[in-house]
Amino acid sequence: MLTKRIIACLDVHGGRVVKGVQFVDIVDAGDPAALAARHAREGADEIVLLDITATHEGRQTLLDTVRRTARELFVPFTVGGGIKSAEEAAQVFEAGADKISVNSAALADPTLISEIGKSFGAQAVVVAIDARRDPEAEDPVRDAQVFVQGGRKSAGRRVVEWAREAEERGAGEILLTSMDSDGTRAGFDCELTAAVSEAVNIPVIASGGAGTVAHFADVFGRGKADAALAASIFHFGVSSARSLKEELVAVGVPVRLPC
Amino acid sequence: MRVTVIDYKAGNLTSVLKALRHLGAEPVVTDSDLSLIESAERIVLPGVGHFAATERLDATGMTGSIREAVKRGVPFLGICVGMQWLLGGSEEAPDQPGLGYFTGTCERFPEKVEKVPHVGWNRILPVVQPPSRLMAGVKQTDGGEYAYFTHSYYVPFNAVQVHPSDIPEPENVAASVTRYVINFASAVEHKNVFGVQFHPEKSGETGLKILRNFLEWTC
Repeated sequence: MLTKRIIACLDVHGGRVVKGVQFVDIVDAGDPAALAARHAREGADEIVLLDITATHEGRQTLLDTVRRTARELFVPFTVGGGIKSAEEAAQVFEAGADKISVNSAALADPTLISEIGKSFGAQAVVVAIDARRDPEAEDPVRDAQVFVQGGRKSAGRRVVEWAREAEERGAGEILLTSMDSDGTRAGFDCELTAAVSEAVNIPVIASGGAGTVAHFADVFGRGKADAALAASIFHFGVSSARSLKEELVAVGVPVRLPC
Repeated sequence: MRVTVIDYKAGNLTSVLKALRHLGAEPVVTDSDLSLIESAERIVLPGVGHFAATERLDATGMTGSIREAVKRGVPFLGICVGMQWLLGGSEEAPDQPGLGYFTGTCERFPEKVEKVPHVGWNRILPVVQPPSRLMAGVKQTDGGEYAYFTHSYYVPFNAVQVHPSDIPEPENVAASVTRYVINFASAVEHKNVFGVQFHPEKSGETGLKILRNFLEWTC
């Protein structure tokens, strides 16, 4: 049976892993290569590295970080943050990423999805969507809006429609972050995740709001997620992928237990 | 040990090269130089993406060189599309023939049961009889071990006899079995020819063990 994936996310700034609640109170959480290796050893199914600086000067630092992190990593490795062109994506792949995630650049130019997929395969293109429910709308979930610039600006697109378009254009997976839940540790947005997962045939990775084991079980069940992203709960030894997975197995969620 | 890795411009080779180096092999890459196939000690054919990309193997003449090398007994490992290419062809690109080392055609997972593509970690159960060389050390209890998959087409069982009880032994070429909607062959092996549908370079310790088995196998 195909298992539900637990993906450890590392937010990287200037070559270091950082973590802040909704991008404030940023604290240093360690070396990306060391943390990625630890998460993989403890049973994380994949590693996602998101460059939250994403400045021009930061590109070289990022590529060095990717190279260093990939060197001894033998689980799938996704890199995102500020990738704007197929050329930039190629550099990141060359540095050792298995998949790249694109967000605002794909919204600005949706042909970027197929362009990257053409050279590296659809499975290597993850389209990241930052979503907010629309409280004014009749159906806040169906009408949830895509946001850019770290959730500050509306992209003027409905989440479900954009996810469908991304799939049609050749995205391999959708990484759906609920901006409403992100950093709260109060649980994933299961309704929104389910709406997107039912609308597309490619895997949907839920992100934003992980706090407890029950939240993961919920998003895999009610939320119909294929994978779930967790960042802060893995840092500082709060919880390991292994203990999270052991608890998920106990409540009947199929996950891969590390040997 | 020198391993010739075939580049046919279908996806990224970095991870495969990295895993081979990690295991002490020296990978050399060729995208057209046939002498690197003719002198190969071992051959790895990776590949993700569309089956049609294998057309490049024919266009560059690499198909012929690989066929000759396989005949000489050079150990060969196909990964993902590289494994599918060992068959006669694939529904994904009906006009593009595979190597035809194994009979049969790759088929697409049925729609509307589970998501297609099949992406993520699924169990590989080694075939016990006769014992798989590629799967040596992979446990046969608890449904096997986990490996990382990403594909929409699979190698069907009818190409690959799985329970050989009533069939003479050389017919069995399945090395492991995986279930996603249906049971399919997640690894095949016959003489010096091996194939894996999953990505051993991305399947943690289990994947490295299988790659090591391939690198260490001698006839």
